[in-house]
Amino acid sequence: MKHALSAAIGAVIASLFFLPAAQAQSSDGVLDRIRAKGAISIGYRDASIPFSFVDAQGKPQGYSTDICLEVAHTVKAALGLPDLQVKMVPVNLQNRIPLVANGTVDISCESAVNTIARQGQVDFSYPFFISHTRLLVKDKSGIGELKDLVGKVIALPINSVPERLIRSLIEKDKLNIRIVPVKDNAEGFLALSTDRVDAFATDDILLFGLRGKAPNPSDYKVVGAPLSYDYYGLLVQKNNTVFLSLVNATLSRMARDGRLQALYTKWFAPMGVPLSPDLETIFHVIAVPE
Amino acid sequence: MTYSWNWGVLLQEPYLQWLGWGLALTLAISLSALVIALSVGTAVGVLRSSDHAVLRAVTGAYISVFRNIPLLLQMFLWFFVVPELLPAGAGHWLKRDLPYPEIVTAIVALGLFTSSRIAVQVSAGIDAVPRGQRMAAKAAGLSQLQAYRLVLLPQALRIIIPPLTSEILTIFKNSSVALTIGVYELTTQTQQIQSITYQGFEAFTAATILYVAIAMTVTVIMRAIERRVALPGTTSGGLHVRF
Repeated sequence: MKHALSAAIGAVIASLFFLPAAQAQSSDGVLDRIRAKGAISIGYRDASIPFSFVDAQGKPQGYSTDICLEVAHTVKAALGLPDLQVKMVPVNLQNRIPLVANGTVDISCESAVNTIARQGQVDFSYPFFISHTRLLVKDKSGIGELKDLVGKVIALPINSVPERLIRSLIEKDKLNIRIVPVKDNAEGFLALSTDRVDAFATDDILLFGLRGKAPNPSDYKVVGAPLSYDYYGLLVQKNNTVFLSLVNATLSRMARDGRLQALYTKWFAPMGVPLSPDLETIFHVIAVPE
Repeated sequence: MTYSWNWGVLLQEPYLQWLGWGLALTLAISLSALVIALSVGTAVGVLRSSDHAVLRAVTGAYISVFRNIPLLLQMFLWFFVVPELLPAGAGHWLKRDLPYPEIVTAIVALGLFTSSRIAVQVSAGIDAVPRGQRMAAKAAGLSQLQAYRLVLLPQALRIIIPPLTSEILTIFKNSSVALTIGVYELTTQTQQIQSITYQGFEAFTAATILYVAIAMTVTVIMRAIERRVALPGTTSGGLHVRF
């Protein structure tokens, strides 16, 4: 099972590599813009922990932010611009795609799940993280899987990938589970802690974060087999293949020499989320040779 | 700007259907809340206009509480906090057994919030009726209830039609706050279309047009009501028609 799964993920990722690469070209819109401004603008989020968030001093940091600082190094070397400035631009869920599409942000580095619909507006880099939709429940509830929730209530974040997934699973198996939509993760946790719902489903990495911040983390647990494989990519303006190749090359080199794994440990070990076998496979697959 | 426009997305299934459902829910919530707001608001407004000191104090407190707390906060308090303050059984019923809890909560919260604003208008409308009429009604042998029903309220309600029109327009726009407790009204559906298709500009344009269409319809209906009920020789309504 594990093998088949890894092979499937590998196949999906491998298929990404057959994107038409314009090697003859040496520049594109984004690179021309960076050269003209002498600066690369990197999009960050204020509270997408641990991917991209601001610390107490208001300085952006995180796993994705660190990766993009490496991307900036690559661009600096490729363009021969030793004085290249790095401009950090705040983005949010609503504006990150328009800001990348209109060129305000050269690369958005946070926690965007790659979907086919989103590919209509922006291009995605290689995957650097994979999240699973799972369930946060109370420790004593005895709930272990989605089907244990029959006759019970589940909270789902409005307008999210996990919401659509769980809704389709409930419809497909005709499960009698009532859905309470919630505006954000904080409200989802509030609904669970006040017993309005029996489970809250979203990306497991976010669930671990919520559990960690709970007054009493041991009262809650993250359960269930992964219900989805959602990969996070960096967002780049569409049809800028030279810039996108530089971004992907950065990821490949980091995965190959272990810097990516080290970054993962730096940001995720404190949260108690070890490198999963699936993500390890992905790191192997994106480590394209020179 | 490399945004790729695709107006066709608005006519695709299921997005067209989502907009339809969102519009239906926005209308249902707003109209139900309006019924609560008009009935509670008129009752509170009438009591507020009485000479009874205790009644004035109680209605004044009601208006202060519901008018001064932001609607967003009120929705949140009704949905998440009130069930925790009630006895365990009642709280559990609100959280688990009440059908469509988020929609019911949104209607109640929006209705009571708006009722405090309508109460102020109704009581101001009653105050605007010349004092002599109240005395004349009493002198003519009408009871307090009859004086309100036959003399004061019919005039007061006509006087407040213009501000009431704004209030009704506002209730439709305020219904979008129900998004915060998970109601799939028009704004939520629009955001959902944007988050799935990333054709956000098209979806929000559609929602804008629908909100404007609702507002224009309400304005036309209220103008028609104003004209139809206008009393000849008064300044309440109809004035701009005759001059």
